[in-house]
Amino acid sequence: MQSLLRPALSVFVLLSTITGLAYPLAVTGIAGAIFPEQAAGSLILQGGKPVGSSLIGQHFSDPKHFWGRPSATAPQPYNATASSGSNQGPLNPALVDAVKGRVEALRAADPNNSRPIPADLVTASASGLDPHISPAAALWQAGRVALARGLPEAQIKALVDAHTEGRQWGLLGEARVNVLKLNLALDALEH
Amino acid sequence: MMTSNAWLLLGVFLAALLLSAKPLGRYIAYVMEGRFHRARPVENILYRLSGVKADEEMGGLRYALALLLFNALGVVAVYALQRLQAGLPLNPEHMAAVAPDSAFNTAISFVTNTNWQGYAGESTMGYLVQMLGLTVQNFLSAATGIVVVIALIRGIARHSTATLGNAWVDLTRATLYLLLPLSVLIAVLLVSQGVIQNLDAYRDVTTVEVTRYDAPLFDADGQALKDDKGSPLTKPAETRTQTLAMGPVASQEAIKMLGTNGGGFFNANSAHPFENPTPLTNLIEMLAIFLIPAALCLSFGRMVGDERQGWAVLSAMTLMFVFMAWGAMRFEQQGNPLVAALGVDQGVSALQSGGNMEGKEVRFGIASSALFATVTTAASCGAVNAMHDSFTPLGGLVPLANMQLGEVVFGGVGTGLYGMLVFAILAVFISGLMIGRTPEYLGKKIEAYEMKMSAIAILVTPLLVLLGTAIAVTTEAGRAGIANPGAHGFSEILYALTSAANNNGSAFAGLSANTPFYNVLLGIAMWFGRFGVIVPVLAMAGSLAAKKRIPVGAGTMPTHGPLFVTLLIGTVLLVGLLNYVPALALGPVVEHLMLWMTA
Repeated sequence: MQSLLRPALSVFVLLSTITGLAYPLAVTGIAGAIFPEQAAGSLILQGGKPVGSSLIGQHFSDPKHFWGRPSATAPQPYNATASSGSNQGPLNPALVDAVKGRVEALRAADPNNSRPIPADLVTASASGLDPHISPAAALWQAGRVALARGLPEAQIKALVDAHTEGRQWGLLGEARVNVLKLNLALDALEH
Repeated sequence: MMTSNAWLLLGVFLAALLLSAKPLGRYIAYVMEGRFHRARPVENILYRLSGVKADEEMGGLRYALALLLFNALGVVAVYALQRLQAGLPLNPEHMAAVAPDSAFNTAISFVTNTNWQGYAGESTMGYLVQMLGLTVQNFLSAATGIVVVIALIRGIARHSTATLGNAWVDLTRATLYLLLPLSVLIAVLLVSQGVIQNLDAYRDVTTVEVTRYDAPLFDADGQALKDDKGSPLTKPAETRTQTLAMGPVASQEAIKMLGTNGGGFFNANSAHPFENPTPLTNLIEMLAIFLIPAALCLSFGRMVGDERQGWAVLSAMTLMFVFMAWGAMRFEQQGNPLVAALGVDQGVSALQSGGNMEGKEVRFGIASSALFATVTTAASCGAVNAMHDSFTPLGGLVPLANMQLGEVVFGGVGTGLYGMLVFAILAVFISGLMIGRTPEYLGKKIEAYEMKMSAIAILVTPLLVLLGTAIAVTTEAGRAGIANPGAHGFSEILYALTSAANNNGSAFAGLSANTPFYNVLLGIAMWFGRFGVIVPVLAMAGSLAAKKRIPVGAGTMPTHGPLFVTLLIGTVLLVGLLNYVPALALGPVVEHLMLWMTA
């Protein structure tokens, strides 16, 4: 036992220093030198001030904006210091009630639209910070946004198309629309 | 129904995995056999500093003792760092000391490669704890798994000797030559896609819209105020500030995957866009999880002098994995009938992935989420990019069953292969009994001692899981944590114990597990689920090393063909999964029937 203790302690301290200090600090240095914007959080600046991160969603409820995924973070939605999903199981009555409430809110904001609502628009994301909605969910809202802004729906749909990213390399993940970027582009139309 | 894109994704994933596993398998054998001579001078300096006698060989027992001591030191260090973090540097958000029961649980969790998380990272851990506590154990627990399987392989490959190698030398080599360089590479790739890596304070941004919400009220002690019915009291509030959590994420993310650890920097783990921002990072993370477990199979083949042996084990793992991935993708794509009934479109089209999107991210959709869930639980990683608690009943059965197989379908780094080799020994023993041949594996006669050790290694986790679940569901403290009513609530507890005892770390995360009851119960399950297997495996390795090698004869059963692969899969399914059939019937199976009968 004695003969094991000294090597155990020293190997532990040495490997801890290498993997717990040298390694993360070296990666921080490399990241800051080669990819400074990504390393700092892919911030979107307007007039030099950060208005968000292109990777982190924000809460939208104004009919003039596209709405994002429901967020289960607490106490406010899209709380980026408390990422979380709802963790509601498929049979949980609370899940069914929540989805029902979201369906009703979307329908109330757009009474003329009777098409079925895309699933991602009424289900809470895993992180509570999902920056994206599906193209289907964006197009579903185009009529409401056009009406609220007094713009032709075709113009809004064209803007959605321009902000739709396809699968990465045509294969990975799913097609998606970044809600914050789309809404910033919408607001820029009016200036 | 699995979409064509899902099949394509699975195919590309497996092709990329097998192509990269082959050269890496050679490399691991090369460095662990001590043939990387050019690095020897640097290594020797480290050994001299540490008082390690590099050519001193250890027997099975001493090797196990060295690892136990080394890991116990890890527990002390991680516990102390959490308890003292308020006074330590690199804590820009001034995180307070972690509560003793939570710190105990987290220390065991990261040392045992489980990485179960009762805490939420971004509101609990300062950067120094994340780096010097958690990242370190991501490396060292992975290295521990690797050296145990290397010792077992040596036990099989060597003959008539009392020793298995030197634990200190093996740990150093696995960390410095394998885990460290690959982690740097993966970390930089992740940053290029948007994973953050900085030591800054959390960043405030001004949002486009004002967010209105109900803010909870607290008393002077910071306890949430409640009304007579027990619902929390709130007042209307609004904000235009979003605070973005920061930190050295990429460096931890890389080893979290590569070492099959799975402990997220943030609460939402790999679902958080700062941990896993794009479909490409998702692919990289999935590959990183399987990379070393797959490569080790091929290192095993090389080290025992017959590469076909490694391919046989890898084929058995791959076949079981493909079946599980199919199940998860299929059931998640099917969606939730109760949601469909509300006028919601869950169909797949060019414009949406459809399916059960509760607890999933749009950039991953169904295929990349379900595949990730299968990968992370087949391997004992436990990182999640979707909330397993919100999976459909049978979609959620896949991760549960993956873990219950004993984490041998790829499994954890090292642990997966040694677990599978124990099953291989059991398989030759059973087939030996059936046809009246002396059981032998790779030239070693399998005798009573090996069978005893195999039996302990295989039975210790089901015992911990089923006993632990029974304790939790029969006590008030255990049931208090349940978030979802009905059969799903039972599944949450079963999942927690399964995950802890098999050192996976993923969760049906609705369960409130950051309580003294669960922190202690799961801490015990994690420790014995880890070392209750490692010690008998090393004892068996020592006993195998001492045996003479029997030459291959007419009576030897080949252990590399399709027949053996079938036998091995059969043994894993029968012995691994049968223990759990009653428990699975009470949880996900009942829930599935109820869901589709209600609908």
